[in-house]
Amino acid sequence: MTLHWMAIELIQLLMILFLSPAFAGWVKVVKCRLQGRTSPGVLQPYRDIARLLKKDVVLAENASWVFRVTPYIVFGVTVMAGGVIPLISVDLPLCATADIIALVMLFAIVRFFTALAGMDIGTAFGGMGASREMMISSLAEPAMLMAVFTVSLASSSTSLTQMVTVMSEKGFMIRPSLAFSLIAFILIALAETGRVPVDNPATHLELTMIHEAMILEYSGRYLALIEWAGMMKLAIYFSLGIAAFLPWGIAGSAEPLALALRTLFFVAKLMVGGVVMVLIETGLAKMRIFRLPDYLGSAFLLATLGMIAFFILE
Amino acid sequence: MPPLDVAGFSVLFLLGSALLAPLLSRYERLLIPAAFSSATLASLTATYAGFAAVATGSNGAATLAMGLPLLPFNIRLDPLAGFFLVVVGILSAFVSIYSIGYVRGYLGKRPVTGLVVFYLLFLAGMFLVVLADDAYFFLLAWELMAASSYFLVMYEDERAANRRAAFLYLLVAHVGAIAILLSFGVMAGLTGAGGFEGYTFDAMRSARLSPGWGAAAFFLAFFGFAAKAGVIPFHVWLPEAHPAAPSNVSALMSGVMLKTAIYGMMRVAFDLIRDFPWWWGGVVLVFGLVSAVLGVLYALMQHDLKRLLAYHSVENIGIIMIGLGLAMIFTSFHLPVLAALAFVASLYHCLNHALFKGLLFMGAGAVIHATHERNMEEMGGLIHQLPWTSALFLVGCVSISGLPPFNGFVSEWLTFQALLLSPALPHPLLKLLVPLGAALLALTGALAAACFVKAFGVTFLGSWRGHRRKEQIREVGIPMRLGMLLAAGCCLALGVFPTLVIDWIDLVPRQLFGGEIAASAGGYGWLWLTPYSPERASYSAPVVLLGIISVVAVTFLLLHVRRVAIRRTPLWDCGFEKITPSMQYTATSFAMPFRRIFGFLFAIRQQVELVSPQNHPEMADTLNYRLRVRDRFWGWLYEPLSELAFWCARRAGRLQTGRIQTYLLYSFGTLIVLLVFLG
Repeated sequence: MTLHWMAIELIQLLMILFLSPAFAGWVKVVKCRLQGRTSPGVLQPYRDIARLLKKDVVLAENASWVFRVTPYIVFGVTVMAGGVIPLISVDLPLCATADIIALVMLFAIVRFFTALAGMDIGTAFGGMGASREMMISSLAEPAMLMAVFTVSLASSSTSLTQMVTVMSEKGFMIRPSLAFSLIAFILIALAETGRVPVDNPATHLELTMIHEAMILEYSGRYLALIEWAGMMKLAIYFSLGIAAFLPWGIAGSAEPLALALRTLFFVAKLMVGGVVMVLIETGLAKMRIFRLPDYLGSAFLLATLGMIAFFILE
Repeated sequence: MPPLDVAGFSVLFLLGSALLAPLLSRYERLLIPAAFSSATLASLTATYAGFAAVATGSNGAATLAMGLPLLPFNIRLDPLAGFFLVVVGILSAFVSIYSIGYVRGYLGKRPVTGLVVFYLLFLAGMFLVVLADDAYFFLLAWELMAASSYFLVMYEDERAANRRAAFLYLLVAHVGAIAILLSFGVMAGLTGAGGFEGYTFDAMRSARLSPGWGAAAFFLAFFGFAAKAGVIPFHVWLPEAHPAAPSNVSALMSGVMLKTAIYGMMRVAFDLIRDFPWWWGGVVLVFGLVSAVLGVLYALMQHDLKRLLAYHSVENIGIIMIGLGLAMIFTSFHLPVLAALAFVASLYHCLNHALFKGLLFMGAGAVIHATHERNMEEMGGLIHQLPWTSALFLVGCVSISGLPPFNGFVSEWLTFQALLLSPALPHPLLKLLVPLGAALLALTGALAAACFVKAFGVTFLGSWRGHRRKEQIREVGIPMRLGMLLAAGCCLALGVFPTLVIDWIDLVPRQLFGGEIAASAGGYGWLWLTPYSPERASYSAPVVLLGIISVVAVTFLLLHVRRVAIRRTPLWDCGFEKITPSMQYTATSFAMPFRRIFGFLFAIRQQVELVSPQNHPEMADTLNYRLRVRDRFWGWLYEPLSELAFWCARRAGRLQTGRIQTYLLYSFGTLIVLLVFLG
């Protein structure tokens, strides 16, 4: 018996929707362990979302419709992006709707509207967050695309399913081009998801926050949607990294048992990835904002090196 | 009726309207709707003609019984001309509707007849440039376009800055026109035909140029058209002239007049010369990349809404030229399918840019109409006063930032795909360097998004910073809204149904160099855009749009099952005194990180001055901050050039002693020399 591809798509969307808070919780738990604190448990993000959903919404007097629409757009686009990346199967109907470039641009929509919402209220924090976020993303996006372009040159496709299929068929081997690109990708993913050397998701100190500054005025269900989308984004970036650089074990038959096994394998990869990220986060301190161009520039350089290595060595 | 006749009718209609318009100059209230409605009608007719010419692949030509005895006017409507006829016509139609409302704002302030007449002539000039099929008529139409737009830029001539901008515009337009004339001269001279025979495009097509002369002809034309298109470093007139014109004219100049220059490049390279080495395309590609990146960076530094948009035109012309350069490279290596992909990307971006830039300039015009203010730092919170304008302007912002599912994304995506096909090139260096172009394009896209967050955020969001009372600001009238609404609708439609558009455009590259992508682009059906092959890449805008809308709808419904009260409260001011509008982030502060990172590209002068009361030097009470960000190219290229011109003029000026005897002596000397040479 094989599952219909629509069913697989549905499973994947539900996974992204309902497992991403657990992944965020897992990251928090590991981080607490490493820093010698007691953790709130893996389930804390679910409790946070549920609490926010129950609360009333408080809006600033001059908030416009852009501010009220943004959480829905952010959530909708993030879910859409979650349906595009192959996690446990390459037979995804949504996969063909958007390739890697479109996927990066989907996240650009999220950022665009979050930044606009930050400027809508007219406080200095919102503008500051928007300005900084757009600055970081404008440097991160080219590096991000360069990193994944190396993979798409190697598989001569920008479609994610095709990339996964071609790369996993080739078997496991260490390629210098992909190694460089992977490092670049990790650096960029930390920047894009607002993790420690670039931004601190836990801070509300005015001078250090970037992403939090933009969404400072949100409350209630709006904040729940944005927070949830943020957790999904973190999981999606990990999934993207797995699909692009470690695609082994994604493609395969659509039998329920095989699917379940691959799901377990995927979750294991995700958990290991989370630990790696926490190690990086714990080992580094947050950078000054104007050191970031150097950081992102070196990521870009690594990605370019990866591409040059691809053309010269492979 | 063949498309060529329809197009000719539309041009005659415009010229006739321009002739008749002065008759109504005493009834301006009547003149405005009458003239702009006929402009709308003529533009729609031309659009239809162009659409039909591309769809049917017709290639009608005609020789008019006009012009000089030995130089009759030739016109032709082939798919390339037809495509650009659509680009010019569709935006002109929308802008003409918009103008009915916009120009009414000048009533009682200044006479509008001149504006109307030159507007109509400007449209006619652009249509004729596209239709012309010989060098003489082309240049005549080119001059009609340049001269009429000069008077439009000069329209608000009481400001010295506008006069200066118009002069600069005229100067650059003519330097460019001379280069184009020389290029045609080279091509006509080498056709081998005697007399005036070589001046038709047909004669140039059949001529085979030697590589050296071919390069001379191409690069002269490239320089001339690049000066018109505002390619860096020939762009300095653009951010001066486009903002100076009335906004409806700015929309046309930025949206479509620049495209006629792109049309010229395509016509010369792919139709008249045809046979070229790869490095010509390389040069076009490099100019395109530089224009794209620098254009958007300069745009980020602007706080005049229209100047910002004008610099974005430089950026978008750059993106169009990336596609064009790639198409030339692929053609020179005989890869027609890849060339067609790059060419279609370039054409698609021409159409898209016309629509979203037209929309944005119309939006900026609406803001200026409502607030009488151009400086973004004096705006803010307009979304509450101008709900329509702001929503439509947002559509333009999203489109130009290249975000799916709007149109800017499709053409940028196609350009990315073309850049990533570089491994097919036989040249090892190109293989490596072309993907770096993709990185620069990504940088451009991301910076454009940052710039439009700034433009929209500072202008429409936050709270009002200006001096006028914001209660006086009113939403603009129906015709202006309608013009913007139609353009916005097209932005969405072109973004959601790219396969249908590509199916239609495809005949242009097929007719020019025999490459086509429609079969592969629609390989999965109209829902999926798959340039090259489905395995290579695919994108489905309708599914993306539907997916996002359905998730949003489901979330919205689920969250609104339980009614939750929304409480409106004053802003949290951190326990200090009231928050004032001046505490918001401004356009200058938003761009500060970019200014700091990319500062080496600008000439920045920053002054901070503490002003203290007279008797208390230690107690400063005012802080003056002055910031001046200038285009580096003024200092690098234009000031030395103008210095040189002045130096030569001073040297030549020594001849002028002011004494009649000396001048007689000069005349005598000249006569002697002429006699010696001619006798």
